[in-house]
Amino acid sequence: MDETGSRRADVAVGDGRIVAVADDIPPTAGQRVLDAGGCVVAPGLVDLHTHLRQPGNEEAETVETGARGAALGGYTAVVAMPNTDPPIDSAGVVREVLELGAGAACEVAVAGAITVGRRGEQLAPLGEMAALGVRLFTDDGAGVADTRLMRRALEYASALGVTLAQHCEDPALAAGGHMHEGAESSRLGIPGIPAEAEELMVMRDVALVRMATAFGARMHFLHLSTAGSVAIVRAAKAGGLRVTAEAAPHHFTLTDAAVASYDPTFKVSPPLRPADDVEGVKAGLVDGTIDAIATDHAPHAPERKELAFDQAPPGMLGLQTALSLALGELALPIERVLALLSWRPARIAGLEARHGGPVAPGRPANLCVIDPSARWVVDPPRLASRSRNTPYAGRTMTGVVRHTVSAGEPVVVDAEALR
Amino acid sequence: MTASSLLSIGDLGADGIDEVMTLTDSFVEVSQRAMPKVPALRGRTVVSLFYEDSTRTRLSFEAAARRLSADTMNFSVSTSSVHKGESLRDTALTIEAMGVDALVVRHPSAGAPAQVASWVSCPVVNAGDGWHEHPTQALLDCYTIRSARPSLAGLRIAIVGDIKHSRVARSNVTAFTLMGAEVTLVAPPTLLPPSLAGWPVEVSTDLDAVLPKVDVVYLLRIQAERQAEALLPSLREYTAGYGLTERRAELLADDALVMHPGPMNRGVEIAAAVADLPCSLVTRQVANGVAVRMAVLFLLLGAEPRG
Repeated sequence: MDETGSRRADVAVGDGRIVAVADDIPPTAGQRVLDAGGCVVAPGLVDLHTHLRQPGNEEAETVETGARGAALGGYTAVVAMPNTDPPIDSAGVVREVLELGAGAACEVAVAGAITVGRRGEQLAPLGEMAALGVRLFTDDGAGVADTRLMRRALEYASALGVTLAQHCEDPALAAGGHMHEGAESSRLGIPGIPAEAEELMVMRDVALVRMATAFGARMHFLHLSTAGSVAIVRAAKAGGLRVTAEAAPHHFTLTDAAVASYDPTFKVSPPLRPADDVEGVKAGLVDGTIDAIATDHAPHAPERKELAFDQAPPGMLGLQTALSLALGELALPIERVLALLSWRPARIAGLEARHGGPVAPGRPANLCVIDPSARWVVDPPRLASRSRNTPYAGRTMTGVVRHTVSAGEPVVVDAEALR
Repeated sequence: MTASSLLSIGDLGADGIDEVMTLTDSFVEVSQRAMPKVPALRGRTVVSLFYEDSTRTRLSFEAAARRLSADTMNFSVSTSSVHKGESLRDTALTIEAMGVDALVVRHPSAGAPAQVASWVSCPVVNAGDGWHEHPTQALLDCYTIRSARPSLAGLRIAIVGDIKHSRVARSNVTAFTLMGAEVTLVAPPTLLPPSLAGWPVEVSTDLDAVLPKVDVVYLLRIQAERQAEALLPSLREYTAGYGLTERRAELLADDALVMHPGPMNRGVEIAAAVADLPCSLVTRQVANGVAVRMAVLFLLLGAEPRG
């Protein structure tokens, strides 16, 4: 199954590429056969938003463990977010992360920071990083608050053919908040982050993209979490602006009611929102306003989540649960789910030459094999991540990744990682 | 009281609050004896785990535990000395391992006592968590009103001041309304919670209009830092709009009661002269605090002696 449609066939792979797609291909001597009976063979998934935590926070995750979790989740490529320590804001750190990803279980692409140190003061060397293949830039973890600096960044980036991605959150309006501001936060006594903190920056950035239209500027909105943000992006797209957007699985499967437990596992940025926003995000996924599902996989070592709610860092694991949640919680046929998880994000990431393309001879063999109806139960210690902060512990999921093939090599076979 | 911990006043329900009130009556009587001590919790250990300075509340709990003959230990963690990243769970488990029968937890973060309760097997009493709740304050306030009035049912109570940042307000709104009182919140919009959806209250910004109609006016402490957060232009302006000045006290009905959880900012939310009027229950609130906390500890610990 791919963007062109679906058919029943065998897929033969050799030298990193798909060599044949046909009925009943007999295996040649020494060729490994992966059983895909009852399964969907699809282009591998692409995650636009993965925190691999390396360099700097290897206690929480490493490129190796993160990529392993990604492969188990059906991903053949992830985009590593730059909020590491040091941040990925220079060619040197880009090279380091690319080298760490060289032998990993999936392709590790890198997002660079927009500003030096992600401090929002001075443009990072976007050109130097773009020369190493970086196609997405973001200060994720925070937005670029300085409107003039963001305008310059958009203009400058447009000449490089790269995309800027924004974590939309007005820092002054969000200051001191730890969950969505509303009825739940008021009752629980937790300082809130209003939906408008996100929407104001989405609105501002739409205006900036419009101002830079002549340069061909484009913008990707990270993890939209409110119905209002989705409406703003919908209108921007209708107006012909080059904007794309993603949503994270937790924003279409969980509400801020989960915070009533005060368990910091449910703390995430942007925060879990009320049911109306969850419905708004779902509607955006269904009508195409939101182009991609991205995990915002954000591991934190267990002791960091054993603090009081307002002292714990935000973030949730996501790589191994995203596909199942999309299959189980969105009323969409599987080809639409795969569009959101594979070919559309592949294009946004600039990875379409290797990922998300048709399952056809000559294409790089980045594939996943999905049993869409099989069930499994989330058991945090059994996840590949070095961390345990999944909000879905104990939940029964629909959809199992049977095998993953990365650059022609089997990296997951029968739901077990080989790398 | 069937709950194994007291984390939120709503967990008790009206019946639970009544049960505490009834038991408090007998502990008030104990407190008035020459030897104000009973052996109810002899051999039991009550630990106060305070992450926030609060000499008043801590002493009140410790006095309550001692009058029940429990041993007390005090684990004060000044916020400045807590290393960022020190696991709350580790601290709770360490203390539990010392052999503890009840933990009294005060923490600047909402929900911390609930988290502690999920990790330890002994009862946990919330002694105030961030902006969230302060259930024993609500119990002692209910008791104090009940000692001055036949019942809370039908009383009109105004809670005035910084509702948004107040754990006392959150617990008292629940407690007062559970007991049948009608609550009006009076505050500038900046000091109200962002949403009052589901709160069984009326809201007003006109204290002068509210005062003549109420049986009880409950003033909250206003903190000077609210000015720096652009929530108030100045404390003077707050006093002009929302302080219980001597002029405003004249608007109260003759038998209206004045309450404050303490410590008071005399001259800010309450005029010094008003705080000392006979209708002010402030010192009675403090006195009742010990007896109410004896009742809470007894109900959580007394029923099942340690094997």
